[in-house]
Amino acid sequence: MRHTISVLVENKFGVLARIAGLFSGRGYNIESLSVGETIDPQISIMTIVTTGDDRVIEQITKQLNRLVDVIKVVDLTEIEHVEREMILVKVAPRKENRLELLKTVEIFRGRVVDSGPTTYTIEITGDEKKIHAFIELMKPLGIKEFVRTGKVAIPREISQKK
Amino acid sequence: MAKMKGAEILIECLKREGVKHIFGYPGGVVLDIFDLLYDDPDIKLILTRHEQGATHAADGYARVSGKPGVVLVTSGPGATNTVTGIATAYMDSVPLVIFTGQVPTFLIGNDAFQEADIVGITRPCTKYNILVKDVKDLARQVREAFYIATSGRPGPVLIDLPKDVTQGKTEFIWPEKIHIRSYNPTYEGNIYMIKRAAHEISKAKKPVIIAGGGCVISGAHEHLRELAEFTQIPVTNTLMGLGSFPGTHELFLGMLGMHGTYYANMAVQNADLIIAIGMRFDDRVTGKTDAFAPNAKIIHIDIDPTSIRKNVRVDIPIVGDVSRVLQVLNKILKEEIKPQWEEVRKSWLKQIAQWKKEHPLTYEFDPEVIKPQYVVEKIYEITQGEAIITTEVGQNQMWAAQFYKYNKPRRWVSSGGLGTMGYGFPAAIGAQLACPEMTVIDIAGDGSIQMNIQELATAVIYDLPVKVAIINNSYLGMVRQWQELFYNERYSHTYLSTAPDFVKVAEAYGAVGLRATKPSEVEPVIREALSIRKPVFMDFVVDWREKVYPMVPPGAAIDQMIFEEKKKERKLRAVK
Repeated sequence: MRHTISVLVENKFGVLARIAGLFSGRGYNIESLSVGETIDPQISIMTIVTTGDDRVIEQITKQLNRLVDVIKVVDLTEIEHVEREMILVKVAPRKENRLELLKTVEIFRGRVVDSGPTTYTIEITGDEKKIHAFIELMKPLGIKEFVRTGKVAIPREISQKK
Repeated sequence: MAKMKGAEILIECLKREGVKHIFGYPGGVVLDIFDLLYDDPDIKLILTRHEQGATHAADGYARVSGKPGVVLVTSGPGATNTVTGIATAYMDSVPLVIFTGQVPTFLIGNDAFQEADIVGITRPCTKYNILVKDVKDLARQVREAFYIATSGRPGPVLIDLPKDVTQGKTEFIWPEKIHIRSYNPTYEGNIYMIKRAAHEISKAKKPVIIAGGGCVISGAHEHLRELAEFTQIPVTNTLMGLGSFPGTHELFLGMLGMHGTYYANMAVQNADLIIAIGMRFDDRVTGKTDAFAPNAKIIHIDIDPTSIRKNVRVDIPIVGDVSRVLQVLNKILKEEIKPQWEEVRKSWLKQIAQWKKEHPLTYEFDPEVIKPQYVVEKIYEITQGEAIITTEVGQNQMWAAQFYKYNKPRRWVSSGGLGTMGYGFPAAIGAQLACPEMTVIDIAGDGSIQMNIQELATAVIYDLPVKVAIINNSYLGMVRQWQELFYNERYSHTYLSTAPDFVKVAEAYGAVGLRATKPSEVEPVIREALSIRKPVFMDFVVDWREKVYPMVPPGAAIDQMIFEEKKKERKLRAVK
């Protein structure tokens, strides 16, 4: 099963390598990983998406906790949370499809952030399903390239245990 | 306050940490530190002949003394040579602090002369490691390194010291207290879980205790013995746990696992309750995990949460320092639950006695050729179990585990997790330095001893009278055993020939060499070696056909053992 794990770490040189090394060294998957500073610049937060059965996920969270630079590990999958990722998609539609493209961007509450003579670059934020749906809709219109961030996630303020 | 150089700060920190001995090897970027050690009255540097030797020696020192071992080497090759020693210590939870020199900070990343990214290289085999970037951080980081290495589940910590940091100057501020917000080991077990464990113990008809290296590290041997004795529960040890329970105790079952005793493995497989204390269910212990202790509930006490439920299912997990947990558990069992233990255990202990009778740990004595087990047995007899025994890895290690009885903790020093050949001899040197009054014997193979044989110079020069019993079968015996049993007797590259002449090697280094080729010579050689206050190589030319039994074939359950006598059970060789 897929899990989204939030890891609070010391914002120190080498911590990302430690976490990445833990996953590769023990044969765990990383589907996505994003890192950024928190409000306290000495602390970073990582959102890691990984897959595994219960035993593997239990090991992953324990192993993460064991690292000296890790402050806190939360498996968000177990609690209500909001998750988002962002993509930037460069699409090169035919002239007759431009309107459809812009309409779709609007429906998805995206933004055109750059355009050229033949391309539009679109920014879309949302959960995985939404991103997936948008990419599928853009495919027939001619995607030149896209980049996506890893997932970021945060617990809901009022949450119930699943 | 006057400013101090980084190197001076380091030495001052080491003194405050109580360091008396460092194992090391000099080089370009650590010259400032070595310069201070030239005439330091309080800290003695033991110059080994290889950085791997230094690391293993520090490890042996730490295992017998319980104090952290300290290593100091130069950058690049000096640092990379320590890696095997660090990984060995990591797998066996040994507290080490390794200081490696590094090229100056402004050269890092430039592929400078003798530059290696040792922090990157050792990240997966240290408990923690760090590159010191500013001399102002040095004192705190050294203090943290010692704290991390010795607390919780101990392990090696590496500190990388760029040359400009050791030459840089700053005020020395010793942090009296340290707090690492992201590092808080759990020492006290959850009381609710301990109560549940006590309840299960009181209900169990066929319980077994498996005591591992954690019992040695946390000094839990007294509490372990107390628990076993008043609840009348038999105890088996993992390889790392030897010495945590008296080897001569009537409740002792010997070691379990791949080369464990028949009765230990049978007891575990037939148990209805396993109390696993300070161990981690290594694959050499469990055999086929699906078939491990099929009818038992498992109580697992360990300080490292990742050990729990890693390899086997656990019914009652207790995270904590085993010594503290056992104290609480014993108290609850004594005060709250009072069954008639002896009555309850009668039939189970009778069954175990039966197993002991069926297949005792044994070998066939031969009056013509020396059996390796005979050598170990004689060493045990002559030292009366009072020696520190280190081992290399392979058959020598297993025979030393089976045929020497360890009655006290920290007398058994062996690379269990990583299985490092070449470990035992430098470890013996470290152990001898920590315990100058003790007899220290490395039970070695002719293959393993050659992996760090250069340390004979260290032993001679520092007058450390370690004894090395080379079980010389001219083969990489354990690998040869597998080839015989599982690879159709195709002895691919395991024959080592009879070279070198170990007696001459010993003499060339200024040590003493003795040789025994007949069983009648074994005892005189051991007695003579022990009477000499010098390092001695004892070359025991043994029966090369001898194998370690019982043996659980790889992939089999631990009650499917092969014994020497029953050749028909060789069919189990198909099980892989």
